[in-house]
Amino acid sequence: MSIRTLGVVVATAIAVALGSAAANAKTFVFCSEGSPEGFNPSLYTTGTTFDASSRALMNRLVAFKLGTTEIAPGQGLATSWTISDDGLEYTFKLREGVKWHSTKSFKPSRDFSADDVLYSFNRQWKPEAQDHGLSGGTYEYFNSMGFPDLLKSIEKIDDYTVKFTLTRPEAPFLADLGMDFASIMSKEYSDAMNKAGTPEKIDQDPVGTGPFQLVNYQKDAVIRYKAFADYWGEKPKIDTLVFAITPDAAVAYAKLLAGECHLIPYPNAADLDGMKKNPNLKVMSKAGLNIGYLGFNTEKPPFTDKRVRQALNMAINKPAIIEAVYIGTGQVAKNPIPPIMWSYNDAIKDYPYDPEQAKKLLAEAGYKNGFKTDIWAMPVKRPYNPNARRMAEMIQSDWKAVGVDAGIVSFEWGEYLKRTKEGEHQTFMLGWTGDNGDPDNFLYTLLSCDSSKNGINRARWCYKPFDELVLEAKRISDQGKRTELYEKAQVVFKEEAPWVTIAHSTTYKAMRNAVQGFVIDPFGGHHFDTVDLSE
Amino acid sequence: MIRFILTRVGLLIPTFIGVTLLTFALIRLVPGDPIELLVGERAISPERHAMYRAQLGLDKPLLVQYGIYISDVLSGNLGRSIVTKTPVLDEFAALFPATIELSVCAIVFAIVIGLPLGILAAVKRGSVLDYATMGVSLTGYSMPIFWWALLLILFFSVQLGWTPVSGRLSVMYYIEPVTGFMLIDTLLSDEPEAFWSALRHLILPAIALGTIPLAVIARMTRSSMLEVLGEDYIRTARAKGLGPLRVVGLHALRNALIPVITVIGLAVGVLFAGAILTETIFAWPGVGKWLVESVRRRDYPVLQGGVLLVASVVMGVNLIVDLLYGLINPRIRHRR
Repeated sequence: MSIRTLGVVVATAIAVALGSAAANAKTFVFCSEGSPEGFNPSLYTTGTTFDASSRALMNRLVAFKLGTTEIAPGQGLATSWTISDDGLEYTFKLREGVKWHSTKSFKPSRDFSADDVLYSFNRQWKPEAQDHGLSGGTYEYFNSMGFPDLLKSIEKIDDYTVKFTLTRPEAPFLADLGMDFASIMSKEYSDAMNKAGTPEKIDQDPVGTGPFQLVNYQKDAVIRYKAFADYWGEKPKIDTLVFAITPDAAVAYAKLLAGECHLIPYPNAADLDGMKKNPNLKVMSKAGLNIGYLGFNTEKPPFTDKRVRQALNMAINKPAIIEAVYIGTGQVAKNPIPPIMWSYNDAIKDYPYDPEQAKKLLAEAGYKNGFKTDIWAMPVKRPYNPNARRMAEMIQSDWKAVGVDAGIVSFEWGEYLKRTKEGEHQTFMLGWTGDNGDPDNFLYTLLSCDSSKNGINRARWCYKPFDELVLEAKRISDQGKRTELYEKAQVVFKEEAPWVTIAHSTTYKAMRNAVQGFVIDPFGGHHFDTVDLSE
Repeated sequence: MIRFILTRVGLLIPTFIGVTLLTFALIRLVPGDPIELLVGERAISPERHAMYRAQLGLDKPLLVQYGIYISDVLSGNLGRSIVTKTPVLDEFAALFPATIELSVCAIVFAIVIGLPLGILAAVKRGSVLDYATMGVSLTGYSMPIFWWALLLILFFSVQLGWTPVSGRLSVMYYIEPVTGFMLIDTLLSDEPEAFWSALRHLILPAIALGTIPLAVIARMTRSSMLEVLGEDYIRTARAKGLGPLRVVGLHALRNALIPVITVIGLAVGVLFAGAILTETIFAWPGVGKWLVESVRRRDYPVLQGGVLLVASVVMGVNLIVDLLYGLINPRIRHRR
């Protein structure tokens, strides 16, 4: 048999095998980018883990309309809610008839109820609560969203009514409850596993109410799910969902080409052209809910002077950065929040690219001959900035043209985060991807005085007129009024220029032509309950 | 012989201490904070940061940390991963068979091809075959695994469609792990065609990982063979009128193999190093990929425990090779 004939025989055998399997059941293969850290979303903060856990397996009280950042009332585990006039009490009516998944060691005897809601939140909140210390007990999202201070009490009114009381009005609270860390887990399962002496199963072999249930996870290789037959919502159109863990983007692309997976989450920007030209593939894109920026350490001169910050804004050629660093897969940012977010102030004019004007401003501020500074560049590729080093080099040369001599500094990622948090830098690059679609999650979280104290506001910018606006917007629930406040806050931000807003990157997903119904989630999640495969 | 074995085993103790000290120190010398990495851009408050450090025991003086680590290791406790919270030993046990399977296939590939090539090149010294073999093996030796593996994938998997791109088994099959070795588990399962899928998935990674050892074995066999072929006893054998096959196959090869076996033993270490890259590219769920990830996440317990376990395996293999070597060549075990 010649090699050619052998090849044909093997190829035919593969085709027959794939064909016969496809006829029986629809299996969707997602080439996920990494291994989940675990299956309890409240313990982790990465999208990779959320894709594998909360998004496939679980539900939350509040749901977002897929593909948007809007809350979809009544689409989650709460069918409705009321908010007291003082904005402190949230009463949720829970959905009845919601079934839990079963596992080899657990068969649920009851439906979802208020007990499960209390269990899920108390576990993260109270040190004495059931399972609080399980799996290390690090509930980083719950804590960083300020829940321990925000929550006053959670009460069960009856089996299908739960009341959350807050210590202060917090407009983004509903959106917070739609986040992955707020996924609802089964109290009955926890009781059963604790009784059986295998509490670790609660987090490793999860039970949820979501569209898929976990079949098994082979560490670092494959996660297999099946459609949950008793799912309360619309049933998934595929029967089996497989995450084939493929860390290398070039290899994921090869798998997509070879038909070994149906969708890849993070294609290399350089491969996009080839993908678009390939008749077997399609590429979807959407503006991302993110911002990549360069921040000034506003506590260190000369960046205490806003004219210097404005001048350095004007000195940067942003379109060139979009072209070279984002390879066209992004748009110039003028505001700290992305355009797809409500309250985005489109009336704001960005600083023009004007080195001459920049020089004048620097001279006015007393830096006629420029000054020496540093630019900190992240060592890693992030969704909002694919190549910080390259970006730093471009900014370095732009600033040199106005007399500012900047050295590029970089550290290992963990060290970078730590040192910028401690304010060692003069100027630094970073970015953010939205958690809950609320402008508060950008403007308060990244730029408030509170955040400058806890380190997340790495520009260390605490400016009262801005701070009052975002604090006020937190306290009222009327979205129209909040929009006005946030629009004003963006004006103040632009004038004071604590950051150079550089880009909002675009999200790309590449898939086989057969994939139908996939929707890009602005929060960066991958959801497969709406996905189908055409013949 | 017993004395020889005891000396060899005794020598492992300082090596073992060295490995624990080195992994412990190195991971702490490189900058980076596992807690910061866990929370990313979100920033963690100093109080919570301190709380986690205390929970992980990172707040204690380094010497105390090392002492705790050593006493844990001696009692068989390698700790839990900071990230997944599962015991390091469990994770290692789940992933190690995949690495062994890949390494064994790679070394078998390297021996089966490399040994005959080396012998042929030596016997046909100066011929086109000799130059071709040595040229190709030098290329193989110099080729970056990462690039070579991608090239193999693009040609055999994407262009020709003969082999799967990555993974251990087609996602169409689910095989409950029994031994952890996919080739064996698929044979034990009731889906015999899964075995062929597992085998096909092994081809490219084994070639990618086996290429460098292949080149080394071929070159080593050739030079050692050349040396032996020049010995007096070979001339005597030839003079006695023995056939070339008998001279080369029996008299020369046996003696030429001694250094080759050492090289194969050493190749085990090289294989683990290569497995890190090969596993990453072929999405092969083995310990190489696991260790790389643990470095990236500064997962101290996984890195310390994982490296220690891998080092123990390499030491074990080298011990066996040493003993084998002694068996084959009595001069070694009698020399002080």
